[in-house]
Amino acid sequence: MKEKAIKLKTPLTSEQVSKLKIGDRVLLSGVIYTSRDAAHKRIVDAMDKGEKTPMEIAGTVIYYAGPSPTRPGNPIGSVGPTTSYRMDSYAPRLIEKGLKGMIGKGSRGKEVIEAMKKHKAVYFGATGGAAALIARVVKKGQVIAYPELGPEAVNMLEVEDFPLVVINDVTGADLYEEGVKKYQK
Amino acid sequence: MREIQVKEITAKLRELFQSACYNLGEDVIEALDRARKAEESPIGVAILDEIIENAKIAREGVYPLCQDCGLAVVFIDLGQDVHLVGGSLEEAVNEGVRQAYKEGFLRKSVCDCFTRKNTGDNTPCILHVRIVPGEKIHIVCAPKGGGSENMSRVQLLPPAAGVEGVKKLVVDRVRESGSNPCPPIVVGVGIGGNLEQSAILAKRSLLRPLGNPNPSLELANLEQEILEKVNRLGIGPAGLGGRTTALAVHIEMTNCHIASLPVAININCHSHRHKEAVI
Repeated sequence: MKEKAIKLKTPLTSEQVSKLKIGDRVLLSGVIYTSRDAAHKRIVDAMDKGEKTPMEIAGTVIYYAGPSPTRPGNPIGSVGPTTSYRMDSYAPRLIEKGLKGMIGKGSRGKEVIEAMKKHKAVYFGATGGAAALIARVVKKGQVIAYPELGPEAVNMLEVEDFPLVVINDVTGADLYEEGVKKYQK
Repeated sequence: MREIQVKEITAKLRELFQSACYNLGEDVIEALDRARKAEESPIGVAILDEIIENAKIAREGVYPLCQDCGLAVVFIDLGQDVHLVGGSLEEAVNEGVRQAYKEGFLRKSVCDCFTRKNTGDNTPCILHVRIVPGEKIHIVCAPKGGGSENMSRVQLLPPAAGVEGVKKLVVDRVRESGSNPCPPIVVGVGIGGNLEQSAILAKRSLLRPLGNPNPSLELANLEQEILEKVNRLGIGPAGLGGRTTALAVHIEMTNCHIASLPVAININCHSHRHKEAVI
C-alpha cells in the first residue's frame, strides 16, 4: 500500500483517472451517486428508450450501495459497498457514456475491465462492511430518483475524503489478483 | 404446562435484531483483534483497523454495523410443555422483525423474486422451529447479509469423495468467492443429512461462538485443518491480499444416505451477527 493518499474531486476526467494505478489510495470528495441492481436496470432502460438518466453520466462516479434508512438529523444511514459483479452486465454501457469511476467491492468481469481500458475509467474498492465508518464521510445525502425502490433508490451523496483503493486501473491491472499472489502459500 | 403470550416473543425479537445489527459480539471482536496482531499485509492491517473501528461506531447505536441488515433468520427451540397463547407464532415472529427493522432504522432487504418489489418491512423472515423438552423458549436471531449468502453452496458429493473431497470443496469455494463475501469470513460447513438438512446444519454452525471448536476432536481437527488451508489462499481482509481470509471454520455433521455425501457451505461476512435469549 502506498503511504500517501491521492486527493480527487468529482467530476473526474479521463486524464485524472489515467494517472491512477492499482493499489493507489484515494480520498474522494464531491458528489457521487448510489445505484445498485434495480436502479441500474432502470438507468439502462432509460438509455435504451432515449430518455434522460437521473444524473449526467459523463465524468460521474457511481457508488454501488443501498444505504440503511437515514435517522432524522443525519445526512445518511450506514452506507458500505455492495458486491459489484451484479452490475457487470450494465456497467460497460455506462462506461461508454463517459462514467469515470465505480465504487464497490469484489472482482469485475472481463467486459467491464475491457470497457475501463477502452474508455478510461477506474474501479475503486471501498471496505465492505465498514458501513458505519463510511457514513461519516457523507456530508449530504438526498434521494434523487426512483424513491419507490426504497433502499435501491438513487441517492446523491456529497462526500469528503471517502477512503478508497484503486482495484482496476485503465491498463486493466487488477489489485485483487496481485494482492492475493503476494500472500498465497 | 407453562402459558406464554406470543407478544413476549415479538418483544424479544424486536430487541434482539436491533442489538445484533448494532453490537458486534465480543467473540467476533476478539477474533478480529487476534487477526489484526497476526496479519502480515500492511493493507490487511489497515482494513482490520477499519472493521474494528466500524464496530465501535456502530455500538453507539446510530449507524448499524452494515447497511445490509440482512434477511431476518430466526431459530426457535420451543419447549414442548409451553402453551403459546394470544396469536400465531409465525405472525408474532414476523411482527418482532417488522418492529425491529422499523424502530432500529435497519435496511429492509426483502423483495419479490421477479418484480424485485420490496416488501417494505423486511418480512417474511426465515423461521426454523424445533420442539424440544422443557417449558422454555430459546430464541436466536441471525440477520444474514446477501453478499456472503450469494457465495454459499450445497453440493451432493459422491461417497467416494470422502473427507478429502469435503476439504477440497470448501477451500475451492472460499477461493472462488474471493473478495465478494467481505473477508475475513466465517465458514459454516454442514455435512450429512440431505439437501436441506446440510444447509440448515451449515447455517446453525455459524451460531456457535467463535473460538469454540466442535466438541468432537475429529471434527475440531478438521475445522482447524481447513482454516489453515483457507488462510493460505492469500485473499486477506477485503480481498486485497493477506493472511486473514477466515476467522473460523465451523463444521456440524450428521449421518447421511448410503448413496450420498451432502456438503453445504454457508459463508458469513465479518459482520457476523447473532443474538439469543431465553423466555
